[in-house]
Amino acid sequence: MSERAMLGPVLSDIWDAEKPWTLATYTQHHGYEAWRHAIHQEPASLVDVVKNSGLRGRGGAGFPTGLKWSFLPPPDGGPRYLVVNADESEPGTCKDIPLMMANPHALVEGMAITSFAIGANHAFIYLRGEVVHVYRRLLAAVREAREAGLLGTNIMGTGYDLQITVHAGAGAYICGEETALLDSLEGRRGQPRLKPPFPAVAGLYARPTVVNNVESVASVPGIIRGGEDWFASMGTEKSKGHGFFSLSGHVARPGQYEAPLGITLRELLDLAGGIRDGHQLKFWTPGGSSTPIFTAEHLDVPLDFDSVAAAGSMLGTRALQIFDETVSVVRAVTRWLDFYSHESCGKCTPCREGTYWLREVLHRLEAGQGREGDVDLLLDIADNIEGRSFCALGDAAATPVKSGIKHFREEFEQGMHTPAWELFPYEANALFTELAGAAR
Amino acid sequence: MSSPTTHRGFDGYPPEVRERLDADAQEILARYPEPRSALMPLLHLVQSEDGYVSPAGIAFCAEVLGISRANVSAVATFYSQYKRRPNGDYTVGVCTNTLCAVMGGDAIFERLSQRLGIHHDETTEGGEITLERIECNAACDYAPVMMVNWEFFDNQTPESALAVVDAILEGRDVTPTRGAGKVVTFKEMSRVLAGFEDGRADEGGAGGDATMAGLRLAREKGWTAPPIDGSRLGGDAPEAAVEQAGTEPVGDVGSSAEHEPTTAADTDAEKTEAIDQPAPAQEPSDDATAAPSGAGEAPEQASEEDES
Repeated sequence: MSERAMLGPVLSDIWDAEKPWTLATYTQHHGYEAWRHAIHQEPASLVDVVKNSGLRGRGGAGFPTGLKWSFLPPPDGGPRYLVVNADESEPGTCKDIPLMMANPHALVEGMAITSFAIGANHAFIYLRGEVVHVYRRLLAAVREAREAGLLGTNIMGTGYDLQITVHAGAGAYICGEETALLDSLEGRRGQPRLKPPFPAVAGLYARPTVVNNVESVASVPGIIRGGEDWFASMGTEKSKGHGFFSLSGHVARPGQYEAPLGITLRELLDLAGGIRDGHQLKFWTPGGSSTPIFTAEHLDVPLDFDSVAAAGSMLGTRALQIFDETVSVVRAVTRWLDFYSHESCGKCTPCREGTYWLREVLHRLEAGQGREGDVDLLLDIADNIEGRSFCALGDAAATPVKSGIKHFREEFEQGMHTPAWELFPYEANALFTELAGAAR
Repeated sequence: MSSPTTHRGFDGYPPEVRERLDADAQEILARYPEPRSALMPLLHLVQSEDGYVSPAGIAFCAEVLGISRANVSAVATFYSQYKRRPNGDYTVGVCTNTLCAVMGGDAIFERLSQRLGIHHDETTEGGEITLERIECNAACDYAPVMMVNWEFFDNQTPESALAVVDAILEGRDVTPTRGAGKVVTFKEMSRVLAGFEDGRADEGGAGGDATMAGLRLAREKGWTAPPIDGSRLGGDAPEAAVEQAGTEPVGDVGSSAEHEPTTAADTDAEKTEAIDQPAPAQEPSDDATAAPSGAGEAPEQASEEDES
């Protein structure tokens, strides 16, 4: 190989094998080797390996996974739980769903190891309800693993028991927030809880609970099999390992690109065939709609936790939504606020009322009917939500408004007199309209 | 809009239906340490019976869990997948969150709305289709995306989306671009969401073009992640392990090289799974002592063999 390897498939490495979602195929590709090894280890040593690997949560916040596990209080004889957050709903984020569709056993094996490490005998996958085929694959994977003696009672004769329940949600973005997820899993409205206590101390049924993202947990078997040094040999000093970078929008070849953390958008665009023909990059999200938008200025920011933060955004879920010069920032931000307003759970006033008013003001700007001072009004409302809401949804709603105005204030000002669809004709955004136009 | 399902009052289900649902409910309850956690799958189960969260279904959930009907309703009304009116046989959802909207989702929704003569969250007169604007469904790399009963219809155009709804209106099966071999009805899908397998998990592929985009490129370029030294765990695929360990003769008289073959794994590397292979000479790992022999469904020989 003369070229440096830009991509390094780990979790995606078996996706092109025959029926990669089956136990048979997974086993042929080293599946459950890590679990067969781990079950004979001291649980604390497994926590140490994951801690030392430098794995940081892949669900957006980037909290060190092994450290999260170590926050559980010492065993008191009562139950402890692992809950996998598979509620992937952040606009732009599309990595866990394809992972579970293609290779659900990586998650199941990671859950077995994680549960054993933290002393849990019952683990849950909270899957969003809007992906029925992924649910089928998870149910089948758990059943296969149980029938093979990899889950259940007295696993491999060790006396260790583990039950995994795959639970389908029913459509609520807020359930991706870990405490709302726990309330939902307890059969209640999915509304966030006041923290502290954190789930590590009082989580599911008020018992010590670890809540981890799908990709984090699915990365654990590789870390156990390859060792902490193997994992840490990928990525950057403070953002180690591999991750999915999900390119969407106006790129030639959108999709999942599994690479060491620290790759740049310029490099990823190069791999994905660039921006669609004849167009240029205008703005993008590094990690979903809740992360401040970037522009072409940020093409060379290494996509790791600290570099993206230093550049003024967040790595989030590496959901790279790419928008070209045909797209109105006002339209994009308005639609995101429709979403946050719709998904606000209503528990706290700043978020419930604030998202409503942001939405109202944005809609009149999009229609070219903005009033004098509306842009500052948006910033004022956003500031009154940010840091004052019960959970991160409120902060997330303020984010696209503030970063959109920061980079493209003049477009919002134009909303005082000209509709966004006149400034940026919406037909020019869509792929098929262009194709139809070209054919005519 | 009309109700395709007969409206039931608070009388509850006929005995034979109730008996069947009770059996399902017991299976659902067994999955959770606390009964209340069963509420969401029970509501999916109710929708699999009635096509929406019916008054009878609310009463059923309340009785099974020993909570009030108001408590059940409070939960049911929080989540957008629980329907308060009879749903069509097929929920057709067009993503109109920012990215899909920009890529064409808005135009697709408009065309479907015109064709069907209904708006968001409304159902066709014949009860075939409920049309929805949906939020991001985690398939942005396939934008614009449409979901039919929560199966993926990727990379849609107005024409492709219209063809799907026309097929549904004509009573023909429709097939997702990623998912099962055909889209099942709303009630059948709801039963799966209640946690009951329908035997379709093996249908469809691993993913579409976008899912495979990075992997395909890595294969073309010969890019891989750093190799894993599988022998660390005291076992690995035979070829890889042999390559790493070399093929020179090892072992002296009295060492474990003299060990009498006792299992298939000792003589034929192909017969058992990789993890159970005796590891060629490598640093002994501390798991060697912890591994019980004979545990699980396959013999664990590595513990004795490692010491050479």
